[in-house]
Amino acid sequence: MKINVKVNGTAHSHDVEPRTLLVHYLRDTLRLTGTHVGCDTSGCGACTIHLDGKAVKSCTLLAVQADGCEVTTIEGLATNGNLHPLQEGFHQEHGLQCGFCTPGMIMTAADLLKHNPKPSEAEIRHALEGNICRCTGYHNIVKSIQYASEKM
Amino acid sequence: MTATKYIGKSIKRVEDKRFITGKANYTDDIVLPGMTYGAFVRSPYANAKVKKVDISKAKVMPGVIAIYTGADVAAVNGVPCGWQVNFKNGATMKEPKHPLLVADRTKHVGDPVAFVIAESRAEAKDAAEAVTVDFEKLSCVTDPAEAVKPGAPLVHDDVPNNICFDWELGNPKSEVDAAMSKASHVTTLEFTNQRLVPNAMEPRSYIGSYDPINDKYTLYTSTQNPHLIRLLMCAFVLGLPEHKVRVVGPDVGGGFGSKIYHYTEEALVTWCSNKIGRPIKWTAERTESFLLDAHGRDHRTKAEMGFDKDGKIVALRVKTHANLGAYLSTFASCVPTYLHGTLLQGLYTTPKINVDVTGVFTHTNAVDAYRGAGRPEATYILERLLDLGALEMGKDPAELRQMNFIPPFDGVKQPGYQTQVALQYDSGNYEGVLKKGLEAFNYKDFRKRQKEAAKSGKILGVGISTYIEACGIAPSAVVGSLGARAGLYEVGQVRVQPTGKVSVYTGSHSHGQGHETTFSQLVADRLGIAMEDVEIIHGDSESVAFGMGTYGSRSLAVGGSAIVKSIDKIIEKGKKIAAHKLEASADDIDFADGRFTIKGTSKSLGFGDIALTAYVPHVYPKDLEPGLDFSSFYDPANFTYPFGCHIAEVEIDTETGKVTLRRFVAVDDVGTVINPMIVEGQIHGGVAQGVGQALFEGTIYDEEGNLTNPSFMDYCMPRADDLPMFETGSQVTPCPHNPIGAKGAGEAGCIGSTPAVVNAVIDALWSAGKKVKDIHMPLTPERVWSALQ
Amino acid sequence: MIPSSFTYQKVKSVEEAIAALKESDSKILAGGHSLIPTMKLRLNSPAKLIDIGGISALKGIKESGSEIVIGAATTHAEIASSKVIQGKLNLFAQTASAIGDIQVRNRGTIGGSLAHADPAADWPAAVLAADATIAVQGAKGSRKIKASEFFQGLFTTALQEGEVITAVHVPVFSGKSVYMKFPQPASRYAIVGCAVVKHSDGKISIAYTGVSSNAFRDGAAEKAISGKKIDAGSAEVASKAAAEGMHIMSDHYASEKYRKHLAKVYLKRALLAVA
Repeated sequence: MKINVKVNGTAHSHDVEPRTLLVHYLRDTLRLTGTHVGCDTSGCGACTIHLDGKAVKSCTLLAVQADGCEVTTIEGLATNGNLHPLQEGFHQEHGLQCGFCTPGMIMTAADLLKHNPKPSEAEIRHALEGNICRCTGYHNIVKSIQYASEKM
Repeated sequence: MTATKYIGKSIKRVEDKRFITGKANYTDDIVLPGMTYGAFVRSPYANAKVKKVDISKAKVMPGVIAIYTGADVAAVNGVPCGWQVNFKNGATMKEPKHPLLVADRTKHVGDPVAFVIAESRAEAKDAAEAVTVDFEKLSCVTDPAEAVKPGAPLVHDDVPNNICFDWELGNPKSEVDAAMSKASHVTTLEFTNQRLVPNAMEPRSYIGSYDPINDKYTLYTSTQNPHLIRLLMCAFVLGLPEHKVRVVGPDVGGGFGSKIYHYTEEALVTWCSNKIGRPIKWTAERTESFLLDAHGRDHRTKAEMGFDKDGKIVALRVKTHANLGAYLSTFASCVPTYLHGTLLQGLYTTPKINVDVTGVFTHTNAVDAYRGAGRPEATYILERLLDLGALEMGKDPAELRQMNFIPPFDGVKQPGYQTQVALQYDSGNYEGVLKKGLEAFNYKDFRKRQKEAAKSGKILGVGISTYIEACGIAPSAVVGSLGARAGLYEVGQVRVQPTGKVSVYTGSHSHGQGHETTFSQLVADRLGIAMEDVEIIHGDSESVAFGMGTYGSRSLAVGGSAIVKSIDKIIEKGKKIAAHKLEASADDIDFADGRFTIKGTSKSLGFGDIALTAYVPHVYPKDLEPGLDFSSFYDPANFTYPFGCHIAEVEIDTETGKVTLRRFVAVDDVGTVINPMIVEGQIHGGVAQGVGQALFEGTIYDEEGNLTNPSFMDYCMPRADDLPMFETGSQVTPCPHNPIGAKGAGEAGCIGSTPAVVNAVIDALWSAGKKVKDIHMPLTPERVWSALQ
Repeated sequence: MIPSSFTYQKVKSVEEAIAALKESDSKILAGGHSLIPTMKLRLNSPAKLIDIGGISALKGIKESGSEIVIGAATTHAEIASSKVIQGKLNLFAQTASAIGDIQVRNRGTIGGSLAHADPAADWPAAVLAADATIAVQGAKGSRKIKASEFFQGLFTTALQEGEVITAVHVPVFSGKSVYMKFPQPASRYAIVGCAVVKHSDGKISIAYTGVSSNAFRDGAAEKAISGKKIDAGSAEVASKAAAEGMHIMSDHYASEKYRKHLAKVYLKRALLAVA
């Protein structure tokens, strides 16, 4: 099936199998490999992207469902070569170790800060319910998001 | 003296940018020209005869290139075990073959029966689903204590009673029994240290590729140790010439031990790439990660600690059945033995210790080192026994520890401490970390707070754990005498470029630890140059001479020391070059802050000048080779012994049994610290995993050998809202036997935290009048609630 | 991780969806957050998916007389953040916020969740306690099913073959309400989810999810508290009646005994929250 998707500001048009998951379309067809696959049960959040401005798990969407939509991935978060405050925050506060969950964490946090620019620690932790990190114990991820919240 | 510009500072990580912008390069991100995809047909049964594998339908499906079954790889060796443990009677442990694909009998759920290669992932999956296997299901056993009983189903027909080895360490049993019988109080615990799934967030991924023109293989693998994989695969499994095999570990998304081992899939994609003449990628789905990444822990233990009337420990007796799973993973045999039994001295002067371990095969996935590996199990035994002993004897658990501590020793002026269980500790100040921990926690006020909280219906508890671990793995001769089939040195090459820029090649391999930052800090300071002028290269057997990899908290202590050795050689050669140019004697040259100076004068040359001279040797010592490039192997003199004090405070919801971790204080002494930010990050992550074991995680195998919780929807990984902010503190007791003074920080958090949390829950229950000795981990709300009834 | 092959049709109207459903082995795709996970594990392999995500008539929240009508394809996040819902039907805002995580709430829909009827899903408790009706449309026309008649068993509803949920109609009530859940720590689905509505006339509705093979109204518990002033004592008494006589689920995270106990604890807490 033919789909038209705007990803990180660029229009793309491809023929995909209906069963192609959006995450595989992004990774395999568009070669945007910053979006990761960490599980097969929609639980880990490593594949989080923004679909029409909202954080979604791209492993739980068919590429055909994204037809006509705008997608932002981690690769599209920085603007004009400037890191997004969250990207900066994760660097400044050591919010990542192996980096595998990081794109998903950042994309989820971006959705949180859009709706709640000054979240409490508890609100940040609650917002990360759908994202698993095995390296950091979340301590510095929370601080990274607080850093971005201050900056934004 | 070289001024430190970088060491000891929380420099932001130089590797971060590619990870935060989505430009990292994990194995599954790599696409090679002509690449194909693999999918497995796996056994749904724990123990089943494979009667017939029918690939006829699958092999004609769209996109299918080839299908291999157990019969096709029957002549290929299995993956080996890297550590030989002997039976008490001297006999060698049992090492049944671990085949790449099973031809005759599957031994755990997920055992691979066929491998399908197709043009796309989807086609490989579709075809794998179309392979039909006629299994004859047989009875199975999953519990190691059950598996050794007469009549239990056998995992391997030639391993009687499923016993891989039995093993003992410490003082003779009779001496320990005698000491125990004189104890005025004996605290006994029988428990399960449950099986955990490492769950690195990046699933294992491999690409095998064969170049027929040059007869050369390349394996891309999400591994903690590329060179070790190459050695094991070439020498033991496929019989390939090592120089014709390149192993690359790109960015690796966490490991926690699970990516140390040589897995069958690595060898299989490599082998198949030659057969089909195209690259093959296989990436585990998370369900496969749950079923097949080597698991951790899984001990059934009875432990007894004897105290005299004052509370001095007089004896420790431990009997453990360690579940090894169905096959021996790379280091499976050393985890419950040499990484567990040897740590049972703890921080204490216990005069008599005996540990007896039976390694057992069961119809379950392999168990191997998982963050801490053996040391968390040992620490759990000791720290649970101490806190429980204190409760039973009505003593304060902090005071009980204090009176049993080995006194401080620096390993220089005072000798190392010889334990009853083979090791010699390098340096320690155990009362120091306890004191700091208690102060940070404000322990002296806790009982008051606990009583006040009780008035308003809240049950609070405190748990202490003072741990020690053996890291910096490890002196080759020592581990060789204990059965290791590898040396455990590390390799560090420092290549000074003509312009004075430095490329460092390390056999250590980051999977999140920040090697590129920490090693750069170390090198920049030692050479007196800017960090930006240093590049750290790791993870490719083609560029790095050799390496043993990253695990056992060894990267800085061993890998860093290898780099320092090469830096010393650079400086020594630089002095000769400088002496020649400055017309002085090399003995009269000092090197500091990036300058070679004639002692007592202002005559000097910069590091860049010397580098250039080494490569443009016009004015140059006659007997000296050009160039400034040294490689070193560093074999540590001893293990390193980090230690620390962890204190947890919990609150229990008495109606539901839910435990909330309110506070967690960790004071760790990991020796000299290069980058405190990175060390703290390691502690945080380790603590989260340790808390995970205490409260959330654990596999559940049913009687049929099915793992019933093989997903993030069932197996509870700690989430952000399960944990508090951690309070960390530190103490520095340098390691006396390596040039950096570092001991290692990767596993500390995971080792100390688990018993602290469980102790806190038990303390809370005792404060509410429920004198329970143990609750099975994880301490789920239902288990805690049941204990409250 | 990769579903079996299927064909895909994006429909523009409910009628088109109903027509498409006549093809054998076809399934409705709404937000996909119940269906796609099962397809990825190949536990579910429909031959055809009919995507109703583009039907604007199924989306949105309207006030209509004495009721609030929530389109079946409205996402949990839209419900949670709706000013109308927050102001007049806070129970639904609370429930929507308790589902899954941000990402799931941004895609998952109320209609999809109800049709899937997971025994541990959150919505069933809320729609039951609020006396909602579920509007469905099929080849034979439209009908409304009372929530109390909708959930019929494990993943089983009153929805008939070929029918599509179009909306949830919730009568506006005055009074206090609450949804509280004890989540399974890994999936965050409800081990016990308890929705309580205290109407201004004193009538109390109590519904559970997670406890039994389908969500249910707990008439015995309602009876035990009805007409009484809610306080610690009366809540305790009412909680004794909770979930009695029901088939209680049991799994490795919560045994039958513990789950039943939690049902009582959560009723007590929920009652005190609306006291």
